[in-house]
Amino acid sequence: MSAAAAAPVSTRKSVRRGNAPRGPRHSIMSRTGAMLIMGVFTLYFLTPIWWLLVSSTKTGGQITGTAPLWFTMESIPTFFSNIGRLFTYSDGVFGRWLLNSAIYAGLGALLGTIIAAMCGYALAKYEFKGREAIFNIVLSGVLVPATALALPLFLIFSEVKLTNTLWAVFLPSLVSPFGVYLARIYAAASVPGELLEAARLDGSGEIRTFFTVSTRLMAPALVTIFLFQFVAIWNNFFLPLIMLRDQTLFPVTLGLYAWNSQISQIPELRVLVIVGALVSILPLIAAFLALQRFWSSGLGAGSVK
Amino acid sequence: MRAHYGKATAAFAMVSALTLAGCAGGGGGDSTAGGEGGSSCEPSSGPVDLTFTTWVPGMDKVVDLWNEENPDIQVKVQTGPNGNSGTYQNFFNQLQAGNAPDLGQIEYDALPNFRVQDGLENIASCENVSDAEDQFVDWTWGQVTFGEDDAVYAVPQDSGPMAMFYRKDLFEQAGIEVPTTWEEYAAAAEEIKAQGSYITNFPRGDVNWFAGNVWQAGGQWFSNDDEGWDVNLTGEESEQVANYWQGLLEKDQVSTLPSFSDEWNASFNEGDQWTWISAVWGASTLATGAPDTSGKWAVAPMPQWEDGGTAAGNWGGSSTAVLKGSEHPYEAAQFALWLNTDPEALALANELGGLYPAAKSATDLEAFSGGVEYFGGQKIYDVFAEASSNVDPNFTWGPTMTQTYTDVSDGFGKAIGGDGTLMDALTSGEEATVESLKSQSIPVKE
Repeated sequence: MSAAAAAPVSTRKSVRRGNAPRGPRHSIMSRTGAMLIMGVFTLYFLTPIWWLLVSSTKTGGQITGTAPLWFTMESIPTFFSNIGRLFTYSDGVFGRWLLNSAIYAGLGALLGTIIAAMCGYALAKYEFKGREAIFNIVLSGVLVPATALALPLFLIFSEVKLTNTLWAVFLPSLVSPFGVYLARIYAAASVPGELLEAARLDGSGEIRTFFTVSTRLMAPALVTIFLFQFVAIWNNFFLPLIMLRDQTLFPVTLGLYAWNSQISQIPELRVLVIVGALVSILPLIAAFLALQRFWSSGLGAGSVK
Repeated sequence: MRAHYGKATAAFAMVSALTLAGCAGGGGGDSTAGGEGGSSCEPSSGPVDLTFTTWVPGMDKVVDLWNEENPDIQVKVQTGPNGNSGTYQNFFNQLQAGNAPDLGQIEYDALPNFRVQDGLENIASCENVSDAEDQFVDWTWGQVTFGEDDAVYAVPQDSGPMAMFYRKDLFEQAGIEVPTTWEEYAAAAEEIKAQGSYITNFPRGDVNWFAGNVWQAGGQWFSNDDEGWDVNLTGEESEQVANYWQGLLEKDQVSTLPSFSDEWNASFNEGDQWTWISAVWGASTLATGAPDTSGKWAVAPMPQWEDGGTAAGNWGGSSTAVLKGSEHPYEAAQFALWLNTDPEALALANELGGLYPAAKSATDLEAFSGGVEYFGGQKIYDVFAEASSNVDPNFTWGPTMTQTYTDVSDGFGKAIGGDGTLMDALTSGEEATVESLKSQSIPVKE
């Protein structure tokens, strides 16, 4: 963040002085062009969110009857009454959905990260037969879209009578081929073999070394994997759609989708879907802002290798 | 009686055998037991737990009433998105895995699909079920029996008889007579357009709305007998309806907004739309989407093709089906009957879920007997009850309606963009449907 903000300042100075900067040359034209393109994209991405925010402060009639991108006179009280209705409609099932999403995404991402880290670490740091084969198989898992696996998973879970349970969504969420890939790359680059040797000489067991030494060195990658997993599970929709029937088990995405599909019959749900969508993205925004620094450094680490 | 096979049954049975062969391992072993018609339906001994999947909001509250009165038959409600948005696909997956819920909500236009895939339990021999025929509006009963003898595959739940919502105040101000025939409707469309508004919106995505209009005109899109399915999206009546709306579209006398969208709601709220040919449930859609026009609307019967006619179409509605593999079809059938005939249950389902019951007794309910404020105090449900009794009971849906809807609506979209006509869309939709049936080994007559 700070680095990104500092860069343009120094460039501007050097342009003004007329000195040739050490980095690539920036003409005003190309900089304006770049800013323009970025501005357009920012607008493109932020407008729907702005619309969502504004619309959540309106009643059903106002959404269609007032300016779409600006507030109304009674926006603030309407917003709070909408939020109130959202959390009380149908016995407050929305709160339950949020909690479910938090469990699926939070716990799932945490455990998923640990598993991916251990796998990647083992693949990077231990020599064993078939290591590359395993890695390649895991890597090919990245190419298989999760959607394609949902139906086979449903049939498998049906066999063991686990459909329509928390496990049906939770267990498949623990697996992250991309996480294993990232963990391996990062472990190879950031955990020196000599350090592990030293730990072994000092009598530390492999597991203890992993948790006390290696995970600290791998921290940026772990945060990245966690964020990826968190977002993927939070937004996962198709798997819960197929697996779950009991609405008290729904994650927030599926719950909102179910409401949205009933709007033509129960039009008052329109407002609840909009407010619900706004509330449901807040945890994602919070997670991003909190872990942003690690996120960018972790991504960079994978790319230079 | 047991061994009697109706003509339609034979085609269904043949299809079932073919499709079943395609999904080996389906069902819990009893999917082949019993055969058609009078398989025995006996009460289970001991307490029974049933599961019921529905997407009607508030249905859990309705079921609570049942659970209080029937401690030995406890029903658990499971919800999901509406049928075509995922629940039907889930039913098919679950039928294949052998863990489908005991009861499921299925719309009339999807029932043949489940029937062809052998996903429905025949509950005709369950106590009281066959005798319940008199309690339901005629055409809804036809939808759940497919016209087969000794067969009942679901209990009718709700229906969507169609009528015309119109802006009473605007028609009066403009001095235009409220149209009673389609001819008058077209004339009114021209006058309204001259005033800068639209008489209505043509819903390109709602092919079932269009089907409701063909239904009113006396058309049939599908029929089946022992030689297979007959697909006829392009019959005389369909052509009549298609050409009629094509004319209005070409003269730009109807708008083409996506239904139920924000701009669609806004156009009603701002008085750009003077009428809406819609189903009974449209009353709450209007009241929520166009709150500023409260008190200005009224309801009249659908415009007629023949002067003095009374025919009505239907748009939407669903049934409660006992899905194949249920271990307690007797109890499930009793619950389905109660759910759709008990006055208290019907009243609550209407209040919480907006359902307009398929049971004839609906007209006695308080919710449907008084005036409605949004419509200036008019007793609008009298109009819909009348319409419901004028819906042709013989209309049959095809076994692949989701696909048919998609193909026709794609064509409608093109026609609105000036590429082809509505009739072209029906022609290509018919071809695609025949292809789709063939690809699923469902016999088709050509």
